[in-house]
Amino acid sequence: MSQTAIMAGAAPETGTGTAVEPRGPRPKPFFTPRKIIIYSVLILFSFYFLFPLYVMIATSFKTMPEIRFGNIFALPQQINFDAWVRAWTSVCTGLTCEGLSPGFWNSVKITIPSTIVSIFIAAVNGYALVNWRFKGSEIFFAILIFGSFIPYQVFLYPLVMITRELRIFGTLQAVILVHTIFGMPILTLLFRNYFASLPQELFKAARVDGAGFWRIFFEIMLPMSLPIFVVALILQVTGIWNDFLFGVVFAGTQNYPMTVQLNNIVNSAQGSPEYNVNMAATVLTGLVPLIIYFVSGKLFVRGVAAGAVKG
Amino acid sequence: MQHSVSIRDLSLNFGSVKVLETLNLDIEQGEFIVLLGPSGCGKSTLLNCIAGLLDVSAGQIFIGGKNVTWMEPKDRGIGMVFQSYALYPQMTVERNLSFGLRVSGMKKDEIERRVARAAEILQIEPLLGRKPANLSGGQRQRVAIGRALVRDVDVFLFDEPLSNLDAKLRSDLRVEIKRLHQRLKNTMIYVTHDQIEALTLADRIAIMKNGVIQQLADPHTIYNKPVNLYVAGFIGSPSMNFIEGTLDGSSFTAEDGTVIPVATYDFADKAKATGKAVLGVRPEHILLGDDAAKMPYSLEVEIEIVEPMGSDTLAWTTIAGRPVTFRAASDVHLEAGQKLVVGFDPARGSFFSSETTNRL
Repeated sequence: MSQTAIMAGAAPETGTGTAVEPRGPRPKPFFTPRKIIIYSVLILFSFYFLFPLYVMIATSFKTMPEIRFGNIFALPQQINFDAWVRAWTSVCTGLTCEGLSPGFWNSVKITIPSTIVSIFIAAVNGYALVNWRFKGSEIFFAILIFGSFIPYQVFLYPLVMITRELRIFGTLQAVILVHTIFGMPILTLLFRNYFASLPQELFKAARVDGAGFWRIFFEIMLPMSLPIFVVALILQVTGIWNDFLFGVVFAGTQNYPMTVQLNNIVNSAQGSPEYNVNMAATVLTGLVPLIIYFVSGKLFVRGVAAGAVKG
Repeated sequence: MQHSVSIRDLSLNFGSVKVLETLNLDIEQGEFIVLLGPSGCGKSTLLNCIAGLLDVSAGQIFIGGKNVTWMEPKDRGIGMVFQSYALYPQMTVERNLSFGLRVSGMKKDEIERRVARAAEILQIEPLLGRKPANLSGGQRQRVAIGRALVRDVDVFLFDEPLSNLDAKLRSDLRVEIKRLHQRLKNTMIYVTHDQIEALTLADRIAIMKNGVIQQLADPHTIYNKPVNLYVAGFIGSPSMNFIEGTLDGSSFTAEDGTVIPVATYDFADKAKATGKAVLGVRPEHILLGDDAAKMPYSLEVEIEIVEPMGSDTLAWTTIAGRPVTFRAASDVHLEAGQKLVVGFDPARGSFFSSETTNRL
């Protein structure tokens, strides 16, 4: 016993060869080879991804003569908002020349109802699949998930015929319907897995208390599901806002979403390309998903942290 | 007399797996029944069937004389307390207690009266405004009991309510549940795998294994006259000592040739008391010193291991070629290697048939 104690006391000197005896928190030097490698790789990659964004924003503030000068990487000589104003109000998007603003409102009109309807239905689906198992519910779920493995393009023509028969082809309702349908597999999976992770006993307790299907859904399950709703919201808003295919096929010319109009601007064959306007229009179109990400990203973290406290 | 809860030929299958098999159980008004068994024995499943949270495959359930087999949980007149408390995390304690009453559309002043009464009984009045996340485990379980209490039901169902609590809280809350039962005199059905909880709380214990009730009796009978080897081995800590051998009417011959007289033992059917058998003796029924010499069977043994438990001491030795434990008062000095005389009365033990494992 006494021998081991002496050994332990002597270890620091013989072990490290320095006079400093280790005590308290272990020192964490900032410049270690490991950290230098990690940070340089991270900086390199963020540069790689952010550089195109820089070119886009810088170009959008330049005038056309300045762009023709050829210094694509240079900062603009002075901040000039003309291209932004033109992109929003007066650039030609196909037949009309009213800028991107009508497209923006069309996208809003498509995104908001599609997001709300698809998330609501998927949440009910997931809840029913976990808590109200019915005969064949597993098969139903398997079929639903199978849908997410088939490429969209396969469904395109049948869906055109279906919406035509429903007499909604070329209207906002048609795009909303299509987005809701295609959001269903992944969102249902998301909600099903989330509800399955909630304690089953909560559901049982609510049933003993006499609550029914909707009451348990709205009063017990929904208040506990903020994190997963934020995830679904990010997924749907970004997905639907960035959609091009369904918009161009089902919405009809007067309802073209922003992405379709952006395409019409950028791919316009008439006149000389206005690079500054193209860049401004592109940034404007991408702004909504970006804002959603920055705003709800924070909410998301908070939601997860709040959800971690089990009742 | 009408039974509070009656279960008739109840079966439950999950696919081809038989969880409960033609189970019968009658519970008297105001009785405290404990369903005891290892995990997977079907005790929680049985409770869920009584609550109406699982549909039965066959059989009937009566509560208060009413056939509730097809009824919704809320209509069965039951309140349930869960292991994980299952409190609604976004509601205050007060809202948790009143949720069921609000769902049923009860008048506000009646809800307030009932919540106040439950809070008074369980002494949780100061907690009414808090959320479950700000409560300790014991407080949460009290609120969960309160949620069953406000429903003013005849039958309380407890599904391992104390298993998530630490040892000290568990024994405190155990006493409180017993007190609650004495005050309310409701029928209570309590599921647990903890034999101490079962022995301390129950009027009658139902020991379950593989979906079948092995023995249904009061704690004293279960402990002293277990019906089969399984019950004998499951109940008691440290567990019963078993010695294998052969019975021939007047004596029991262990495998190593040791002969133990059995004249004092009260056989159920003396004629059948022959052949291969197992003798079970509880550690506290093996006596030492002067008491040992007076026993029908005594011998000198050497102590191998000593385990002091505080209130008493547990010693390991070998009798008839088998490891055997016995209990001694903590003031008796024991140490490994010590030789002493121990003895027991086979009448206080139990004989089981090796063939059927049933009590002889």
